[in-house]
Order: sequence, then C-alpha cells, then structure tokens
Amino acid sequence: MAQVSSIADEQASTPLSSPKSILLRISKFNPKLDESSKFMEFTVPYQKWTTVLEAILDVKKHFDHSVAVRYSCRQATCGSCGMMINGKPKLACFTKISELDSDVVTVEPMNNFPVIRDLTVGFEKLFAKHQKIQPYLIRDDSELESDEREFLQSPEEVEQYIQFANCIKCGLCNSACPTMATDSSFVGPQALAQAYRYVADSRDKGKDTRLNIIDESHGIWRCHFAGSCSQVCPKGVDPAMGIQFLRGYLLGFRS
Amino acid sequence: MKESTIMKIHYGTALASVGLVAVHILMRLTTGFADSLSYENVLANYRSVPYVIMLELILILLAVHGFNGLRVILLELKQGRVYEKAVSYGSIVGMIALIGYGSRTIIMTNMGMV
Repeated sequence: MAQVSSIADEQASTPLSSPKSILLRISKFNPKLDESSKFMEFTVPYQKWTTVLEAILDVKKHFDHSVAVRYSCRQATCGSCGMMINGKPKLACFTKISELDSDVVTVEPMNNFPVIRDLTVGFEKLFAKHQKIQPYLIRDDSELESDEREFLQSPEEVEQYIQFANCIKCGLCNSACPTMATDSSFVGPQALAQAYRYVADSRDKGKDTRLNIIDESHGIWRCHFAGSCSQVCPKGVDPAMGIQFLRGYLLGFRS
Repeated sequence: MKESTIMKIHYGTALASVGLVAVHILMRLTTGFADSLSYENVLANYRSVPYVIMLELILILLAVHGFNGLRVILLELKQGRVYEKAVSYGSIVGMIALIGYGSRTIIMTNMGMV
C-alpha cells in the first residue's frame, strides 16, 4: 500500500518556497497485526538544513500521525532516533537530507533489534548487555570516604578512555554489526566498548571481573573486526579499537 | 575451558601449522614434486620417524584449528543451550575422529600392513 501526497502550503512546517523535495519512504510495520513491513511514500519539501527527523515529523503532523518514531533531544545527545536511513544506521536528527545526495530517502527500523512498531525498536537487550558488563567504577572505597574527596586522574589517564565515555547508547553500532545479525547472544560492540571504557579507567578496580564477563562463547571473541560499528558511531567512538584493546588484555599483551 | 584459552590455542595452532606445512611443502621440492608423491617415496616418508612426527603434528594442529573454527561458525549461526553443547562436544569428537583416521595410515604403514 503506497500513498503519495504533498504538503499543503498553509500546513507545512518546512516552507514550500523550498525549491527541492524528496520522496520519503517510511517503513510501516506492527508485529501484532502485520505479516510483513510495507512502505508508505510521501513527498516532502526540504531546505538544506532539514533533517530526516524533521521530515518524518512533518509527515506525522500533516499526513499520517500513526507513524511510530522515538525521538527526544534533536541534537544527537539522547540516542533515541537511530534508524536505517537509505540502508545505513544513522541518527535521524543528525542526518541532513541535503547530505544524503538522493531524491529518495528510505527510513526503516534499525537492524538487529526487535521492532515495536514502524521505526521504533526495543532496546531491552541492548540495555541488558550494557548492564551485564557492570558499567560503573568498581572499587572498595568511594569518593565520599576518601580524604581527597574525589579520585584524581592525570590528563593522560583520562585520554585512555574518554572517547568511549561519549557513547549515547543509541544502538547504531549494534545495528551495523554483522555478527549481531546472526548471533543474537553476542554481547555486541556497544557493551564491549563500554567494558573497555571502564577497564581503561585508572580509578576502576574491576578489570578482572569485566574481562571474565566478556570472555565467554558469545563474548568478545565472536567479533570479526568488520569495523562497521566504528564507521556508524555518531559520537566518534571506535568500538572496534576498544575490542582489540580488550583482546590485548585477554591475550596477555596488555596489563 | 575459558574462551580466551580456546582462542589462544586457535591462534597458536594456526601459526604452528603455517610453519610446519611450509616445511612439508619444501620437503616435496627436495626430490621433485612428482617424484616425492610416488608410492615408494610416500611410504618412505611414513617410515621416517622425524618426518612422521611432523606429519602427525600437522594433522593434530589442523584438526584442532579446523574443528574449533567450525564450532565458532556453528555457534554464530544458531543459539540454544542444547545446540551449543552438541556443537562443542561434536567438534571434539570430530577432532579426535579425524586425528585417529589420519594416524591410522601411519600406524598401518609402520606395522607392515601396506
């Protein structure tokens, strides 16, 4: 079922004086009702600054308010609006239509996640795996008990892990991971990158515990180093590198 | 056994295999490739103790590496407690069977059965 429409002048959030428009194809799927996904098509005008999320919200406002999409901050901070945009996992709020260089923009739910409805996917497994690697500082004392009141670090020590602390748990890396496509039990690049984030933190004392958690049959060794996780990360985190560093610890090259 | 230990064995067997198979191929060139594969030369190789130890090592290394590789592929294809146990134990059985079958040739030659 396809519906081709255009936005009426008086209703459009994006002014129709815009000379350009794209065909926005939105995947519609309700697992409780539908057997397979269908694409709804909408003609949407855009400016050079219009993001894919804004185009989807225009469609929700003017054509089909039933389109399910998760979003919040609109500035690539909350990690809510991850989806497949023209076949690649991206944040919809961080992807400008003008940068896609295409007259047709196809949006689908992220791969390797269960679809709740349309573009919205379930994050339960991602959060469970994130939680599994104990993403917090493990040590016997706390900053509240310490005389110094805070655990000091040198700039060099911060440099060891700081890029991994930028993870916003958007799930794009897990969506791009070829291993996750077949191995649903694989811990995934997001959790592994976070495991490295804490293992490399000089304040943390839980290295052995975390290495034990990821050293299992569906753990770190199932990574094939395709590197697609690092390519799609909107925050510049390099999970593939973190995974190699973790392997270094397990193989005895790092201590 | 920990997965990291298994993977250390996996990488180790790969590296050792490359070295020993290189020696094995170089040995083929000492008498000319075609001659080295003649019936008598093959039997002579099986009766040479140092060479037969090397062949047996290659067999073990490749069986361990190959079946662990197969185990990894199968674990990625499908998941499930029973399935994963079957794959792990099946790989060990396959490994032992292949080593046993390969060793049989060497043993039969040295017992004068060929």
